[in-house]
Amino acid sequence: MTIETTVFLGTRKGIFTLRSASDRSHWILDAPSFLGHIAQHVVPDPRTPGLVLAGCSTGHLGPTVFRSHDGGLTWNEASVPPAFRTGEPLARSLKAAFWLTPGLASQPEVWFLGGSPQGMFRSDDDGDTWTPVDGWNDHPMWTTWCEWPEQNTPDGSMLHSISIDPRDANHMYLGLSSGGVFESGNGGADWKPLNKGSMHPMLGHAELEFGHDPHCIRLHPIRPDRLYQQNHCGIYRLDRDSDQPDSWSRIGDNMPSAVGDIGFPIELHPRDPDTVWVFPMDGSDVWPRTSPDGRPAVYRTTDAGSTWARQDSGLPDNGWFTVKRQAMTTDNHDSVGVYFGTTSGEVWASFDEGDSWSCLVAHLPEIYSVHVTSS
Amino acid sequence: MLVRIPSPLRSYTGQLANVEGEGRTVDEVVSYLEQQFPGLRFRMIDEQGRLRQHMRVFVNDEMAQLSDEVRSTDEVTIMAALSGG
Repeated sequence: MTIETTVFLGTRKGIFTLRSASDRSHWILDAPSFLGHIAQHVVPDPRTPGLVLAGCSTGHLGPTVFRSHDGGLTWNEASVPPAFRTGEPLARSLKAAFWLTPGLASQPEVWFLGGSPQGMFRSDDDGDTWTPVDGWNDHPMWTTWCEWPEQNTPDGSMLHSISIDPRDANHMYLGLSSGGVFESGNGGADWKPLNKGSMHPMLGHAELEFGHDPHCIRLHPIRPDRLYQQNHCGIYRLDRDSDQPDSWSRIGDNMPSAVGDIGFPIELHPRDPDTVWVFPMDGSDVWPRTSPDGRPAVYRTTDAGSTWARQDSGLPDNGWFTVKRQAMTTDNHDSVGVYFGTTSGEVWASFDEGDSWSCLVAHLPEIYSVHVTSS
Repeated sequence: MLVRIPSPLRSYTGQLANVEGEGRTVDEVVSYLEQQFPGLRFRMIDEQGRLRQHMRVFVNDEMAQLSDEVRSTDEVTIMAALSGG
């Protein structure tokens, strides 16, 4: 059976789509949609074939969400884009629709969105209308946990990595850059920090409750008690079913010391909770955020972080790009495909679980997000 | 009154550069435009009623605030201040 695979790319200059007409052997790049718009996150809906949501803005206009019902061929704008409540005490204004997470299969038409400033929003109609998640946005600790007033980091303060426990839709996680990891047990009505064991970016190993900088958090769908985190201060794992269910372990200590364990993305194997991929970057000195020594490589663990193996076959010997937190993904083929997009506009893919890499397309704008769907 | 629409907002006006507006203030004119072209207002004015950072409105040749009064004979120009790269 032929499996069609589509890769959705959110870039600094619009939405691009790569389609394979056959089994990932030939790829066609569609003409861009929303050329010139900033497409922060372009995410296909795993529940509804053809539905794709995109969080966008431009240099001039406010943020919004665009929706496609035909796999990215045509788009419409949300009729009520995400926004804070008018007249609220903090007078917050959403500047970026930064992160999109579809709800569970048991939550048809539900989506969550993380923004900058670090607000959270929900849609119950496939992204057409959005409302603030008051339990987060108006939490009494919001101004303490979040970067407020905003710190004007290069791309703003972000709420990202919204994750939902597939066993219980009320059990959710989110990440703040900066701020830390937070957990809700009641569908977002209340939240608590979940950062024990992870290093604080400024204060080292102090057991602070919050203020950390998770870059990307992933909950494994078939082992929901396991979370992985690529943090500003290393790679971590948290097993909620262990004897330390609230304490992150730094599995990045097992990375080669010359490479380190700093990066943005961390990506899951869809069927093996012990296998994840990361893309290390240089976090030394002034934080170049490029590959260590200009030698790009993916690292994979197949034992939940006890050991890591370098995977660079086919990648350039000399490359100075960055892979952002939403710009690495996997597909669900028997031999899992791994994809990443670079700040220099290249999409690299491996169809043998990272053993070898090829460049699918180059010369695109800076890539912010990569997501894939197969049908 | 005549309202001039900048290119970043013309996807809402069917690519029209000039449209008809109504209202007693700049804010009312933008609200009128929103009725004609849904979605336009939020792209230029945030949820707290503030003009977004890179948007400006001129009435005739004078830069205007949203609360400024306008007359039916005025020309309102919405500008997107080009920025970034």
